[in-house]
Amino acid sequence: MWTSLIPATWSQLRTLGMVFRHAFRKRETVSYPEEAVYLSPRFRGRIVLTRDPDGEERCVACNLCAVACPVDCIALEKGEAEDGRWYPASFRINFSRCIYCGMCEEACPTSAIQLTPDFEMSEYRRQDMVYEKEDLQIDGPGKDHDYHFYKVAGLAIAGKGKGEAQDEKPPRDVRTLLP
Amino acid sequence: MNGSTEMLVVVLAAMAQALAILAGALLLAAVMTVVERRLLGLWQDRHGPNRVGPWGSLQLVADMIKILFKEDWIPPFADRALFVLAPAIAMASLLLSFMIIPWTPTWGVADWHIGLLFFFAMAGINVYAVLLGGWSSGNKYALLGAMRATAQTLSYEVFMGLSLMGVVALAGSFNLRDIVAAQQGLWFIVPQFFGFCTFLVAGVAVTHRHPFDQPEAEQELADGYHIEYSGMKFGMFYVGEYLGMVLVSALIVTLFFGGWHGPWLPPFVWFALKTAALLVLFVLLRASLPRPRFDRMMSFGWRVCLPLTLINLLVTGAAILWLSPAAD
Repeated sequence: MWTSLIPATWSQLRTLGMVFRHAFRKRETVSYPEEAVYLSPRFRGRIVLTRDPDGEERCVACNLCAVACPVDCIALEKGEAEDGRWYPASFRINFSRCIYCGMCEEACPTSAIQLTPDFEMSEYRRQDMVYEKEDLQIDGPGKDHDYHFYKVAGLAIAGKGKGEAQDEKPPRDVRTLLP
Repeated sequence: MNGSTEMLVVVLAAMAQALAILAGALLLAAVMTVVERRLLGLWQDRHGPNRVGPWGSLQLVADMIKILFKEDWIPPFADRALFVLAPAIAMASLLLSFMIIPWTPTWGVADWHIGLLFFFAMAGINVYAVLLGGWSSGNKYALLGAMRATAQTLSYEVFMGLSLMGVVALAGSFNLRDIVAAQQGLWFIVPQFFGFCTFLVAGVAVTHRHPFDQPEAEQELADGYHIEYSGMKFGMFYVGEYLGMVLVSALIVTLFFGGWHGPWLPPFVWFALKTAALLVLFVLLRASLPRPRFDRMMSFGWRVCLPLTLINLLVTGAAILWLSPAAD
């Protein structure tokens, strides 16, 4: 015991010195409300519904996001406009249940639903965490600047008939293929 | 002005001084609870409590409000009388010890020639607080913690007394003012270095501070002897721990670092600076050292510190006899 005393004492003193030197280091803690936290561009936060470059709703109410959602926090109803477009008559996300996994964004065929780098959405009442369509809808196209679903899709809507979409050939009369 | 009026003024002044020292010691102990957390934060690369008031200065007020308004619950299986008595002993015995400390040449409550012995007596009584608290709680973890605390404190008090005998021998007095006066030329930390080392260890152990906090080991004993305490009774144990820390720091300054002696600055500032440095050392010990196993701690006390103090005392005595003018 006595022989190990000197190295043991030295070890303890060295520890004291090493810990004391931490006084001059930078603190790891970010003082959050005063200091902004760095969020990566791919950070998954509050969900929004975007619009296409023309300012029309992108969502076509296909329900794929609701199906993909592992916690079932998305609920929507389909509506059909006079020009033939589909749109969500209502769109509701329960953010008190959402786990921000981004599956809905991956599932979305029209780039309508997107996750943003924003997480500051605390509420005092749980009910206030349920966002309706008007809370989700934003004015811009989000991450996908140029995508315009109805311009590339084959569906006929008012002002764009069959075969008039981008890179689409006019429909062939199948009877002319007969021998 | 006649004699009795002068007497009254002197008595009142002394009482006011005693009250000021009492309040100062309590306030310092309470402030240390916050300062410790800030310092631990600093050494662990985080901030610590900095939300209440500017730089967390009002954290103490928030803590006080919280602990004063907490329910003061006495478990039905506890021994009520002892349960209430224990925290009172914990705090009172340590507060009484502040009597003997000479803060400045003129400030201090009691100027006794038994000075140091009074501190040992109060440290001995302080053991009862832990023992009674653990026993009366009616909880096995509390009892185990109290047993550990008692065994540890008694073991370390043995050589705590002996470690200071070298200082007493050099100064030729138990009176703390005489001891401070004897350090006019040379602080006792130089001739009594091993005495200082062992007293520091013993002081940490007797106040149950890290790394000698086996009695309260959270992981094994779920906080040990004060597990059943809540509200202000727990607060008294808690503040008592910090009072012990302040007391031991002030004693080390008085006994080994020349008390109020120092150039240029006024005596009290020197005393305060030295005490503050030792308090920071206490916190640094907590921040850096892990808690040893209980049996190792006991064997360290009995097999290293006790022989060391005995050898130190022997050598000190021999040196005093050697250097003193021949009596024959």
